[in-house]
This record gives sequence, C-alpha cells and structure tokens, in this order.
Amino acid sequence: MNLVSAENLRKIYKVGEIEIEALKSVSFNVKSASFVSFVGPSGSGKTTLLNLIGCLDKPTSGSLKVAGVDTSALTRKKAAVFRGINLGFIFQDFNLIPVLSVYENVEYPLLIVQNVSAEERKKRIASLLETVGMTDQRDKYPDQISGGQKQRVAIARALVTNPRLVLADEPTANLDSKTAFMVIDIMRKMKEEFGVTFIFSTHDQRVVREVETVYTLQDGMLVEDAVREGGINV
Amino acid sequence: MFKLFKIAIRNLLRYKRRTLLTSSLIAVGVMFVLVFIAASGSFKYIMIGQITDSMLGHLQVHKRGYVASIDSLPLTLNLSAKAKEKLEQTIKEIPEIEAFSPRIKFGGMFSNFIETTNIRINGVYPDKEIATIPLFPSRIKQGEKAIKKGDILIPELLANGLKVKVGDTVVVIATNKDGSVNGKQFVVGGIIESVTGPGGRDGYMHIEDAMEVLRMKEIEISEVAVRLKDFGKLNAVNDKMHKLLSEELNKQGKPIFDVRTWERLSPFYNVARMINIMTFFIKIMLISIVLISIMNIMIMAVFERIREIGTIAAIGTIPEKILSLFLIEGFSLGISGAVAGNILAIIIVFVMSAVKITFNFGRQTGMALSPSLKVNDMLFISAIVIIASVIAALQPALKASRMEPVEALRHV
Ligand SMILES: Nc1ncnc2c1ncn2[C@@H]1O[C@H](COP(=O)(O)OP(=O)(O)O)[C@@H](O)[C@H]1O
Ligand SMILES: [Mg+2]
Repeated sequence: MNLVSAENLRKIYKVGEIEIEALKSVSFNVKSASFVSFVGPSGSGKTTLLNLIGCLDKPTSGSLKVAGVDTSALTRKKAAVFRGINLGFIFQDFNLIPVLSVYENVEYPLLIVQNVSAEERKKRIASLLETVGMTDQRDKYPDQISGGQKQRVAIARALVTNPRLVLADEPTANLDSKTAFMVIDIMRKMKEEFGVTFIFSTHDQRVVREVETVYTLQDGMLVEDAVREGGINV
Repeated sequence: MFKLFKIAIRNLLRYKRRTLLTSSLIAVGVMFVLVFIAASGSFKYIMIGQITDSMLGHLQVHKRGYVASIDSLPLTLNLSAKAKEKLEQTIKEIPEIEAFSPRIKFGGMFSNFIETTNIRINGVYPDKEIATIPLFPSRIKQGEKAIKKGDILIPELLANGLKVKVGDTVVVIATNKDGSVNGKQFVVGGIIESVTGPGGRDGYMHIEDAMEVLRMKEIEISEVAVRLKDFGKLNAVNDKMHKLLSEELNKQGKPIFDVRTWERLSPFYNVARMINIMTFFIKIMLISIVLISIMNIMIMAVFERIREIGTIAAIGTIPEKILSLFLIEGFSLGISGAVAGNILAIIIVFVMSAVKITFNFGRQTGMALSPSLKVNDMLFISAIVIIASVIAALQPALKASRMEPVEALRHV
C-alpha cells in the first residue's frame, strides 16, 4: 500500500513579481514501512517537497495523498490535527522546546497534541528514551546537551505518538560524521522495530549509502535514472 | 490547560528581568491605585462624618424654597407648628431614623456692649441636637459641653474678634417676622469651633430662647436635621421621606416640604465628587499601563519565538492552543502583578494607619487618616488588571496562532 502518492506535484513561490518554480511536476510513491531519502544539492527543492508531504504547505498543482488523505483539502486546523496524529517531524536544527526538559520535550506531543493517559505516556517515553539512549539525560534542558543528543531527543519526540510517517529535513546536516551515522542508525532501527516510514532529505553523501530508496532531485525535478532501490541491504 | 500554564510560566521565567520589570510596573500601578482609593476613601469618610455629625445631620427637611434663600435665613419661610407636627409624625414612622432635631435659624446683631456685629443663630433642643449631631459637644472648645437656657454658644471667630469670654454677658437683637425688633441678654456659655460648610459659623442657643427673641407665640421652625441609624441607607430613607412628605400640599397645591441629603446641602459634596472622578481617571491610567506594558512584552515574546511557534504548530499543536499559550502568559503576568500590588498596598496601608497621618481641611485640623482597604476594591482592581492583561495579549497571541508553520520555521 502506498503511504504517500504524489502525481505531477508543482510548487511555485511568488516573490513579488517573480515566480520561482521550486518543484516541476514531481511524481512518486512511497510504500508503508520504507526508508526513503530525497537527495540533491541545495536549492533543488527538498525542503519544499518535504513541506508538502508534511502538510505544512500546499502544492500549486498536482495531487498529493498522504495516508489516503488529500492534503490540499485540509484546513489549517485540520492539517494541524492530521500532522499531530499521523506525522512526526525531525528538523535540521533539532527545534526542541527550550523551556522543556528532555523528558518533557518527548512528552509534549502526547500531552498537548494528543491526549494520552499518564501511565501510557510514561511507558512510551521511557521506552523511547531508552532506545535513543537518552534515559540518563532525561532531566536536562536542550541547552545542556550536545547537537547529536538533541537530535536523538527529537527522534524520540517524532516517534512518541506512533506516527505512520516521519519526515526529516536534512537531519544530519548539523552533525559530525559519527553522530550523523548514529542518528541514521537509530532511525533505521525504529523503522525495523515499529514499521514506521521515514522520508528524509539530505545532500550528505555519507548518509545516502545507508538508505533503501533514494530519489535524486535536481532543479525541482526527479532525476529518473537516479532512483536507486535497495541500498546496502541489511 | 495546566500543561499550557506550565509552559507559559516557564517562558515568562526565561526572560526573568523583563518579566520582573513588567509585573513590577503593574504591581506598582495596582498598589498606587489601591492606596489612593484607601486614603481618599478615608479622607472622604472622615470629612463626610465631620460634616454630617458635627453640623448638618444626614438629611434635612425645610419648607420648600427655604434652601434657595438660606443665606438670608428668611423667617417667613419657616415651617408652621402644624407642619412641624406632621413632619415629626412622619419621621417617627420611619424606623431607619435614629434622631432628629428641629432648629430655628435666624440672623441678628450681637453686642458685648462695646462693639456690635452680625451673628447667625440656631435655636435648638439641646438633647435632640446632640442626638442628631453627636460630634457637636466636641466642637465646644471652652465652657460647659451643653446648651443651657439663657446661655449662648458663640463661634470662635466672633469670640476672638470681640474679645468675648465664657461667662460674659452679651445682647442678641433680632428683627422678627413682623418687622419689630427685640433684644435679650445672654451669658456666653461656650465657644464653639467652626467647621467648613454652611452653618459652620453659627451660634447656638436653646430653642425657647430663640422663640423669645423672635417673639414667637407658636413655634415655627426653619429646618429639621435628621440622623439615620445606618448612613448606608441614606438614599433609601431619602426616597421614603420624599414619598411620605410629597403628599403634603399647601393651598396652591404645591408640596410643602423639601427633603435633602447632606450631599445637596454641603459644598464638600463637590470635593467628594472630584475625588471620585480622580479615582476613575487613575483607574483608566492603570488600565493603560497594563495594556501597553503587557502588549509590549507579548509582542516581543511572539517575535522572539517565531521558530518555536513554527515547531509546535508543525508537530500538530492546533491554533487555539497556541493562542491560549500566549493568552495565559499575559494572564499570568497580570495576575502576578495584581497579587504583588495587592500585597504592597496592604503593607503600605497598614503602615499608613500605624503612622497616623493627620490632615487639615478648612478650619478643622489634625484629623487622623485611617485608610483601610476594602476587599471589594481589591477584587475589582485585580479583575480589571487581569482582564486588561488578557486583552493586551490577545493581538500578539492571535498573530502567533495564525502564523503559517512553514514561514515560521524558515524564520531565522
Ligand atoms: N518561501 C519561499 N519563497 C520563495 N522561494 C523559495 C521559498 N522556499 C524555497 N524557495 C526557493 O525554491 C527553491 C527550492 O528551495 P528548497 O526547497 O529550500 O531547496 P532545498 O531544501 O533543496 O535546498 C530554491 O530556489 C529556493 O530559493
Ligand atoms: Mg532545505
């Protein structure tokens, strides 16, 4: 089953009189429980595409279905609710909430976005913090931990709601090689363990090798012959 | 809700100095308003008490038309014995009335056999007068604290001007209603302190002496002063008396009696009103301070946290919750300022009462201000401040909740 299906997606930004065509007729499908990466140089449209898939923005034309829902039909509030239930986000700059501790950051989606019972919350957070190896840092605040640790917390936050799809826009761009691999490794482990679909963008060649399906973006278009399936199979 | 509170409070504590500054500003404003209300309220209360309890009474009844020409104390506009009878009957029917005192007021000449001057005199029943204006005895500065037959109590200005002492013999001469002149000797029984307002510099004598000077065969009175058991029922009793007395008509079919509260008899009422207007404007100022300072800090907060807003919106926080988050911040600032302001006000008012600040007004000196805070005022001011805080936070909060997550996330 296709979790994401995009057909002839176009996105045009208008800056005053100038129109920038960030995506030009992009079509692809992403199956459930896959590990997909969009690769391309800066300005190729990766962020634009992930924003569309993440229901943060709407395509200028074309159709996009995420988890069977036509995202362009969603209102602002409905889109927020949809994201809260179905999607997880991992950001390049980690984007943890600075006034919340590690534990509370992971708890946030369960508390404010969804409404999960205290017991269930505790269980899920504890197990995720364990998986990303942040249990002993749970009471620290984001400004007290390293970038790699922040991204691990962000992964836990993205996964704590049991989303069907996690979107990560250049999640390793601000990390050193070792940490980057570790983060990718954790993401893949999550995929194996929970069957979560990961879509992430990167222009980081170190990471690309680790991925099953790679789509290459260039100037807002998918480079057909550059689609690579399989990666280094485990 | 509680979870949002936690985040809101932590966000406020993130910029401790700024938060402290804003809530201190609000606290000082609240304190200032409350102390002003307490002090001015006490001043008003004392002044009204002075005026009503040492001279005016709470209410007065005259013959219609008397008050308009009260400066000349017209004997022709006195109430007849029959009218007095009727009035007293009515008064006795009203249980809220504690006491009343009929007065004959007249103007005459006062002589110490060397010099002569004008004097205004109230002829009263001593016990009724003292029951109606209980502070009267305290105004008698020299001599016995009583109004005895054959005695006259004279205002201190007159005593000083004519160098008259207690025990001196003096003469009072007056023209009566028919135009004939009569005089009578009196002994100065006491010297009374003047008070602000009409009638504040009048002399006093027994009502029967006044009748004798004026050669009244049958009693005619100029006014009746009334004291209530509960000053708070002033307007209610006023209405009641109006209703009961308005049925009494003269031959022309016009009402005979004219009932007035102290407010319509004393110029201090204007001072009291001024104080009320000032209080109103001070409250408006407080509201402006709250609105401006909270709006300012919330606009800053939203601007600084655009990326955070983008993040929480992206991960699924609905616009209403983002709105609430910022409203709660404004609310918390308002409530902390209000609480601190109330505490400060309580302390300051406590100190003010302990120190016993005295003030002078007109010829009265050394009155001690005893400010007290009313729970109602405290609650009302706090409510105003908190509501203003939330309103001030509304615009920035709406802005935050309406942000597009993509744009907010792109913000650097
Ligand atoms: N909000 C925007 N307004 C105008 N142009 C934009 C906007 N976002 C992206 N673009 C442009 O669209 C193109 C694709 O950008 P982006 O999706 O950010 O690429 P990538 O993430 O691969 O670097 C670039 O040319 C970029 O300048
Ligand atoms: Mg990008």
